Amino acid sequence: MGVRLWAALMAGVVLVTGLWLFQGLSGNTGFVLSLRAGKLAALALVAASVAMATVLFQTVAQNRILTPSIMGFDALYLLVQSLALATLGISGFAALPAGPKFLLETALMTGLAAVLFGTLLGRARGADIGRTILSGVILGILFRAGSVLVMRVLDPNANAVVQSVSFANFSRPSVETLLYAAALALPAMALALWLGPRLDVLALGRDRALSLGLPHRAMVLGTLALVAVLTATATALVGPIAFFGLIVAGLAQSFAPGAPHRQLLLLSVGLALIGLIGGQWAFERLLGLKATLSVVLDCGGGLLFLMLLMRGKIR
Amino acid sequence: MIEVTDLSFTVGGAQILAPTTLTLPAGQITALIGPNGAGKSTLSRLIARVETPPPGTVRVNGRDVATTPGGLLARELAFLGQHTGLASRLRVRDLVAFGRWPHCHGRPGPADHAAIARALAEFELEPLAQRFLDTLSGGQAQRAHLAMAAAQETPWLILDEPLNNLDLAHARGLMVHLARLRDAGGSVLIVLHDLNFAAAWADHVVAMKAGAVVATGRPEAVLTGPLLSALYDTEIEVTVHGGRPLVLHHLAPA
Repeated sequence: MGVRLWAALMAGVVLVTGLWLFQGLSGNTGFVLSLRAGKLAALALVAASVAMATVLFQTVAQNRILTPSIMGFDALYLLVQSLALATLGISGFAALPAGPKFLLETALMTGLAAVLFGTLLGRARGADIGRTILSGVILGILFRAGSVLVMRVLDPNANAVVQSVSFANFSRPSVETLLYAAALALPAMALALWLGPRLDVLALGRDRALSLGLPHRAMVLGTLALVAVLTATATALVGPIAFFGLIVAGLAQSFAPGAPHRQLLLLSVGLALIGLIGGQWAFERLLGLKATLSVVLDCGGGLLFLMLLMRGKIR
Repeated sequence: MIEVTDLSFTVGGAQILAPTTLTLPAGQITALIGPNGAGKSTLSRLIARVETPPPGTVRVNGRDVATTPGGLLARELAFLGQHTGLASRLRVRDLVAFGRWPHCHGRPGPADHAAIARALAEFELEPLAQRFLDTLSGGQAQRAHLAMAAAQETPWLILDEPLNNLDLAHARGLMVHLARLRDAGGSVLIVLHDLNFAAAWADHVVAMKAGAVVATGRPEAVLTGPLLSALYDTEIEVTVHGGRPLVLHHLAPA
């Protein structure tokens, strides 16, 4: 991959960051800047988490059109949320401090993801893509239906609380969980980058990874745990984002086909930063919040997903 | 030496491999032959520990494959299976370079680069080194996968039907390569469908049928008309050419 691509990527990231922080700055600059910086940090963490989670998941799944959200990872997060609400009640749920709540939910979700997807993706025989996709989609529907069921049982007030966390909202990222999310997500990202060469071997498939001496099962479970932590981070901060990861991972693949994982991860993170910060800037400042970024992202990503499926090029 | 003791394998109630005890000699080319569904692939996959450990033990040069760390075994034996499809897009050189992973863990040194260059040259892949695998023909891709296994430079090489997709020149070239490895002290286990490749190149033949080993020995002892006719349930004539058996399996019996 060329130096020019990296330079363009860096320039893009610097540009959107600068625009976000300094465009139209007036009045109490100190206050506005700190407000903007908080949101910027949240958006950047979401972008990087989604991008890395998608690339990692595609490597484990041996498939370039699957994403954690298609396989129901964020639906699982919502289910955990609504179950917590159902058991604790609305006051108990609201009284939970944001940080410990996030850590607990992430731990629960990581465990569930490892059990469910670990058995699905780490098998010796029949690691066939069709069954994996189908099971993932069905699991996703199960989790969504589960949380809808819990919401129906709850009273309307509690329902409203769940609703508020069920849709992606880039305008009001939950800044109070930011520190805890960063404390989990940043080490997870560092670990993913450190594992880069092993991920390259993992991408060769189970048989080859085993013949080359990679502890395949541990690697699959570990990578799924990283995916769970990163998805939980993004979902806790802004809510479920369906197709954004697919867009950035797909773009990174087409910019640098055959690149090793370290490059692929960094490239998709860069693209995600530009897309999410730049997009949110445009929608907030240029369009005056008349449309929402999540809708455009889901629509564009959905079209891309269909196109990839129909061209059948990316397996 | 590979020692297989009481090894069996069952999938969904169907016994793929009956309890088998077998010794594969070091420093020789061993050919594994038999009809479809005889358990040849399963046996080779179990030895290469890519199939989950079943009852029974496999020892490669004295090491139990179930308990030896994977990284150590990857320097003892290299395996190429039948299903070589890849999910990721890779250049030929990068694929071959993965063969050095057990030695360098992603940080290739001069010795690794030399081994990669040797493997590329051995399988005539230098003109294709920068091509993506999905732009190659089946035979070219098969050669790239073989080069990756060769680059691993292990004492044991286990190949499951490696002649798939290879044209006759490259098929013979592979056997010449394996014979050279053997002469340099290496050991090879190769699953073969073309009996004449086994007859011409193997030092030791293992014949399997319905999940059991039915005969082992020198090619001229195993590749006989009566034994092969019983093995494949079809009448097969065997003659002699250049001191080695020549199997006339393509001719209808007179």
